[in-house]
Amino acid sequence: MSATRTSAVTAVGIVVAVTAVTGCAEKTAAKGSDVVQVTATDSRCQVSKTTFPAGHVKIAVQNKGSKITEVYVYTPSDKIVTERENIGPGTKATITAEIKAGSYEVACKPGMKGDGIRQKITVTGKGAAKTDPRLDTAVAEYRQYAQAQADLTIPAVKKFADAIKKGDIAGAKTEFANSRIGWERAEPVAESFGDIDPKTDTRADGVEAGQKWTGWHRLEKALWQDKKIGPDEKKLAAQLVTDLEDWQARVGKAEITATSMANGAKELLDEVATGKVTGEEDRYSHTDLSDFYANVEGAEKAYQLLKPVASENEPALTKELDKQFTSIKKLLDTYREGDGFVSYDTVGKTDRKGLADAVNSLAEPLSTLAAAVAK
Amino acid sequence: MADTTVTGEAAEPEPAGSGNPDEARPPVTRRSVIGWTGAGVVLGAAAAGGAVAALRTGSDVQSAASAGAAVEFHGTHQAGIVTPVQDRLHFAAFDITTDDRDELVQLLKDWTDAAAMMAKGQPVGDGAVGGLAEAPPDDTGEALGLQPSRLTLTVGFGAGLFEKDGKDRFGLKKHRPEALVGLPKFAGDALDTRRSGGDLCVQACADDPQVAVHAIRNLARIGFGKVAIRWSQLGFGKTSSTTPDEQTPRNLMGFKDGTHNAAGSDRAAQTKHVWVSESDGPAWLAGGSYLVARRIRMHIETWDRTSLGEQEDVFGRTKGEGAPIGKRNERDAPNFKAMKPDAHVRLAHPDNSGVTILRRGYSFTDGTDGLGRLEAGLFFLAYQRDVRSGFIPLQKQLAQHDALNEYIQHVGSAVFVVPPGVRKGGDWWGRTLFESSEGK
Repeated sequence: MSATRTSAVTAVGIVVAVTAVTGCAEKTAAKGSDVVQVTATDSRCQVSKTTFPAGHVKIAVQNKGSKITEVYVYTPSDKIVTERENIGPGTKATITAEIKAGSYEVACKPGMKGDGIRQKITVTGKGAAKTDPRLDTAVAEYRQYAQAQADLTIPAVKKFADAIKKGDIAGAKTEFANSRIGWERAEPVAESFGDIDPKTDTRADGVEAGQKWTGWHRLEKALWQDKKIGPDEKKLAAQLVTDLEDWQARVGKAEITATSMANGAKELLDEVATGKVTGEEDRYSHTDLSDFYANVEGAEKAYQLLKPVASENEPALTKELDKQFTSIKKLLDTYREGDGFVSYDTVGKTDRKGLADAVNSLAEPLSTLAAAVAK
Repeated sequence: MADTTVTGEAAEPEPAGSGNPDEARPPVTRRSVIGWTGAGVVLGAAAAGGAVAALRTGSDVQSAASAGAAVEFHGTHQAGIVTPVQDRLHFAAFDITTDDRDELVQLLKDWTDAAAMMAKGQPVGDGAVGGLAEAPPDDTGEALGLQPSRLTLTVGFGAGLFEKDGKDRFGLKKHRPEALVGLPKFAGDALDTRRSGGDLCVQACADDPQVAVHAIRNLARIGFGKVAIRWSQLGFGKTSSTTPDEQTPRNLMGFKDGTHNAAGSDRAAQTKHVWVSESDGPAWLAGGSYLVARRIRMHIETWDRTSLGEQEDVFGRTKGEGAPIGKRNERDAPNFKAMKPDAHVRLAHPDNSGVTILRRGYSFTDGTDGLGRLEAGLFFLAYQRDVRSGFIPLQKQLAQHDALNEYIQHVGSAVFVVPPGVRKGGDWWGRTLFESSEGK
């Protein structure tokens, strides 16, 4: 993933995010009668009306509980439509958002954690897209998966950054591959934000003249090629943690659809085909196989969640995908060594071709998954 | 020629000059290079001139000049063998990656359908455009709007289909033709395994290179998960003609090559030298053939520094007209005694070698190598009724004696058995083989 790569998912992510979230316009103030009252306590989340028309909706929140709370509006696939954090006990807050027709959930999160206390609402109007509820579930579960990957990345990348902070080259090298696993599994979601991937995961060849190179691969070069840690590297390590925490905080807002999940799975294999199989991704550390495996795992997760629908529409496809996922993981397992994988520079041309063939065998049918769930 | 290495017989010094016919001179086997099967290794040396080359069925006689037209895909024999030679080639060898016989059969059926469409100039599957927005199109699209361009697609089976690593993967072992033998190591062979072999091959020939590449690309795509391309080769500038009244093409050494290749119009020679007959066996192969593919690298730069006289001596032909040494015209009967004993034509000519095969090779230039030399040569393709009486004895002879060996090197090699043609109505590539092994 170079900085220049703009996937279809990225493009969609940016556009939709702008209209749905940022565009929570102050343009047309909702009339008083349209205001939705939300009364939050430590155990309840009361919504004054559960059906209201689409458009600019004003939500007036009152926290009558003893804990600081948050209020969210979620789509059926658990994407955040709008939110307000840090609503103290006894205080009020107002949220405005443009909400399209469809079903949503309002959630209050006393103590600002967990899934929250939820209340279903219906927004009426034109263009209410009817989606297969199984796909909503798939997207919601995939979002949870992506969140879990971000959550497990933070402590891992902190370990990596701490070693760099201490000037411990050997220690940092040990933590490098592991710090990338969660990221590599959920990469399509991370990339959908557009601004995070260029900061964290750009390779040397993705940097243009005058651009400051930051992120994992910059540090990888310092550790393996330059073999030194200076003040710059320490700063960059801290920056990497910050940038990834930003990602962690934004997973909930990522625009994810069943189609983008399927395409994201295919893109993970594209990443493998163009970067990992060639050994370009981790060219200094040669830890490509670790990224490779994580990409396959992330793709398989998306596939498994979409499989109930896909297998109804295209049973032959899911049969083939089951076979190819099994086969590629079996092949990768032969390269395991210790906790990770063998160094990719020890994998010869013939073996690399075997890996490339396995990627093609999986990616080709995977490229038709989006159509199979879009039917 | 400081990089001379010696293999086999003792090296001889370079002949001092071209005007020194030293008949007693032992064969030069310098540099680790061998065999050529260039001019003279032809089918039907006495072909009737002036005939318009016929396609595989008597009814659709078609001039090679109608470059945009379609060549009939179906027939007794596969297209692309005695079809008048097209301008361009994309040849691909595949490894079979599945062990599942049903999957392989389905692939061959899918390939047959796609090939029949492409031969007509049609896209594969549901086409390149107009499909679901969420799905990649079935056809890759780069041949949209192009003529059929006489595209032929010819399939061959390598030994690995019948048995690989001691395993009879598809129950075909006992149906392997006796004549599908591995080639022996010839003197000077410097074969790269990554450019050699293959369980299956597809030869795509067309007058438009984009049409040929499109065909291989789409077949490879259909094959993912079942087969994987092992190697492939692009070719241009056909090095042999199967149409007697056409200008004989020149190879990259600048010489006319394959003067008498006349398979398109010489049915008797085809029957005798190209097609496997029912009595040859096995039964499933009747109407098929054998294909030898050799990637022959030319040492272009050293060849270009060779005097005209020596170049002509090496080939046994004049460079301009292409006449046999001592003769006036290209198609004059050669006088072997006028040639050097190691002249290519003298060694390879059917009258001397006793071997007749159908050449269908192409020149190639894959850019340059890391040393600034042209990565170029001849991608030799030859069809024959039996490799054991065709390419093998011929190449054995050439590898040992041919004067051309100094300027060439065989770097890739593969042998395939070529199944008979696909008949209309539900037939598919390899059906006779797979059906003959059903319920075994």
